[in-house]
Amino acid sequence: MTTNSGASTVPPAPYRSQVEPGRDGFLQLVRSEWTKLRTVRGWMIGMAVAGLITMLFGILGPLGSGAACNSSNPHGCSAIQPPTLGPDGEPVTDELSFVHKDVSGDGTITARLDSMTGYYAPANGPADSLADLSKSLDPWARAGIIVKAGTTPGAPYVAVVATGANGVRMESNFTTSTQASQGAATGSAISSATPQWLRLSRTGDSFTGYESSDGVHWTAIGTETVAGIPSSAQAGMLASTPDHGSTTYLFGGSSVDSSSALLVAQFDDVAFTGDWSGGAFAAPPTLNQDNGPAPGAALFQNTYTQTGGTFSVTGTGDIAPAIAAASDDTKSIEDGLIGTFAGLIALIVVATMFIASEYRSGLIRTTLSATPRRGAVLAAKSLVIGTVTFAVGLVAAGIAVPLVKSMETGDGIFVLPTSTATELRVIVGTALLLALVAVFATAVGTLLRRGAGAVALVIALVILPYVLAVASVLPAGTSQWLLRLTPAAGFAVQQSLQEYPDYAQVTSAYVPAAGYYPLSPWAGLAVTFAFTAAALGLAAYVLRRRDA
Amino acid sequence: MNTRLDNDARPVLRDAIHAEWTKLRTVPGMLWLVVAAIVLTIGLGVVADSSVTCPSTGCEVDTARTSFTGIILGQAIIAVLAVLTIGAEYNSGMIRTSITATPQRLTGLLAKAVVVGGVVLGTAVVSVVGSLFAGRLILPAKGLTAANGSALPALTDTTMLRATLFTILYLCLVALLSLGIAYAVRDSVAAIGIVLGLLYLFPIVAQVISNPTWHKRLERLGPMTSGLAAQTTKNIAAQPITPWHGIGVVALWAMGALLAGGAVLRRKDA
Repeated sequence: MTTNSGASTVPPAPYRSQVEPGRDGFLQLVRSEWTKLRTVRGWMIGMAVAGLITMLFGILGPLGSGAACNSSNPHGCSAIQPPTLGPDGEPVTDELSFVHKDVSGDGTITARLDSMTGYYAPANGPADSLADLSKSLDPWARAGIIVKAGTTPGAPYVAVVATGANGVRMESNFTTSTQASQGAATGSAISSATPQWLRLSRTGDSFTGYESSDGVHWTAIGTETVAGIPSSAQAGMLASTPDHGSTTYLFGGSSVDSSSALLVAQFDDVAFTGDWSGGAFAAPPTLNQDNGPAPGAALFQNTYTQTGGTFSVTGTGDIAPAIAAASDDTKSIEDGLIGTFAGLIALIVVATMFIASEYRSGLIRTTLSATPRRGAVLAAKSLVIGTVTFAVGLVAAGIAVPLVKSMETGDGIFVLPTSTATELRVIVGTALLLALVAVFATAVGTLLRRGAGAVALVIALVILPYVLAVASVLPAGTSQWLLRLTPAAGFAVQQSLQEYPDYAQVTSAYVPAAGYYPLSPWAGLAVTFAFTAAALGLAAYVLRRRDA
Repeated sequence: MNTRLDNDARPVLRDAIHAEWTKLRTVPGMLWLVVAAIVLTIGLGVVADSSVTCPSTGCEVDTARTSFTGIILGQAIIAVLAVLTIGAEYNSGMIRTSITATPQRLTGLLAKAVVVGGVVLGTAVVSVVGSLFAGRLILPAKGLTAANGSALPALTDTTMLRATLFTILYLCLVALLSLGIAYAVRDSVAAIGIVLGLLYLFPIVAQVISNPTWHKRLERLGPMTSGLAAQTTKNIAAQPITPWHGIGVVALWAMGALLAGGAVLRRKDA
């Protein structure tokens, strides 16, 4: 055996990596998954495309609408009327026949309601006199007494009214409506033999409503503090009735089946007491924007006649929160996020490929050899795809919402004001929705191991219900159930429109096609979260039990 | 002795179609997709039929479109089916074998289009006829009767016949559109994302465009919005596009996609 002279007899030490051991810690796992994601160029492009289309389709809205302002609309931008806004900035309908007089200080108004008679114009018949009209009292026809800050539409008010079929109510500022425990349940039950007495009294900003069947024994309905009604206000009697008919949303459009309606209310024994006594009624009664060209338009006017102490008040219209979608010139901030579902499709594709491509190429075996803790692999993958899609969503929504809002405002479109907290919730919620759906797609991809099937399934579960419901393909009831039970429920987080459950006639128009989701924003997102958690749990279980 | 030589005179297309048919029918998933398309189309149609109401005075419900509501869901399955027939070949590498067997690549594409179109035609006929049958059973109970002039028209009615045939044709065209896109992007997952995005995008985006001119333009441009206008039997003037033009738009989309797919197939290495 010969050795080189001078060389050590000790064999050279085997190579030892300088890197610290313990590389299968969770952080390293996350890093390796991040490396896998960012080094596939197509996926990064997919992410960017997702962000871009989320923004672009939102921008299309004001671009398309801006043209309306310039060319096809002969009146130009100036013709765009801002909607009537209530005291809190919400869109409202403020149409009523208002027999009013100036009052100042504290006082009480009392009136006896002797009858409520509702009419509507028949479909094609003449409508020249009351005799031509069909009789029908709308459930939300109102007759009663009211104190209002002024005759400007949308001005704050407090009213005590009898309704067509919703009892005697104390209402204020378009959003609060309390039904009295007693009083006439239906307006048609009111007659001069069984009248309905109403009383409203003011002490500073505090208003108390009463009702009585005999004018002697009074029952308080409630006391409300309503700010914004100055000491010098308008008080008097009101009559209003919504249009007869309904709006149905079906197959991509809404069809309005309605005809003008009219309410005639008889008041007697009208008394103003306290500081309010004296003064004369202003004429004619005002506050009715519902004056479009309709058959018999002359008949559907807000008028009143006085015979001695008896007033016959004729009115049309509604006093209630309005549906923003009913007007083309009114938008809400979530209109800037209409592209979310399109961006989501791109994200679903990337998120599914993120795991399915490992199965296709066999990389999954390397991954699982490197990290035998399979649950941790899935957790790291979900964390990476969730974080990245959250960031994409945050950037896209964070740009789209303010940008589209300022573009729409520039086009003369009225954007409903929202609080900063709501705007933040819409933006962050959109990012969360994208992240949850992406993790859901990764979990489904793990379960099915096939990209094509998983993408189709996730799109069918998330995107399709949204399209069916929001594009009003399905009837409203079915749409609402879809948005309660499928992962598409999470889109509710984008809703900034307010709902006012006290107003049943409006509630029926709170449909997905008009931008109202059946679940509250966070409850909707929780449904999506539940689907994601369930899919992830199932995927973790299957991944551990199954050969790769 | 070379038998292949003897057969050289045989038309290539017929061989290719035979090969494509064998490939399609021997993949077990395909049958399930066909069944799913039929069941989901009819199922959603039943849901829609059951949720319509109509007062005794009559209503403006387009009963044909109500019955055919399921197409909106069924088309997604059809699209997946069409995409997978070629996408799966790209994903598995089978495409190289296919191209070696039929070097005339466009002939191969044509053969696949014929086979996929044929299978989807069969699926569509069953789905559409099933939906009509369901509509005929359910709608009268919901108040849509001949008495108030809202009944589902008989197939002898020309508008009804047109709506039915165009709905079947629409599904075939969606399949060809999907096939073309899958050839163009050469990946099933990306192709499914693109096709479904293309189909479902326009109705939603058109919703936010309040300008009536642009709203109408978008609805005319979109394959789903214009294609489904072809199902209309009532109040056709109120549609964004006439039935004939509507189905024409879808045909253009399908042709464009197939041309793009053909160009990619010819130019790129498999």
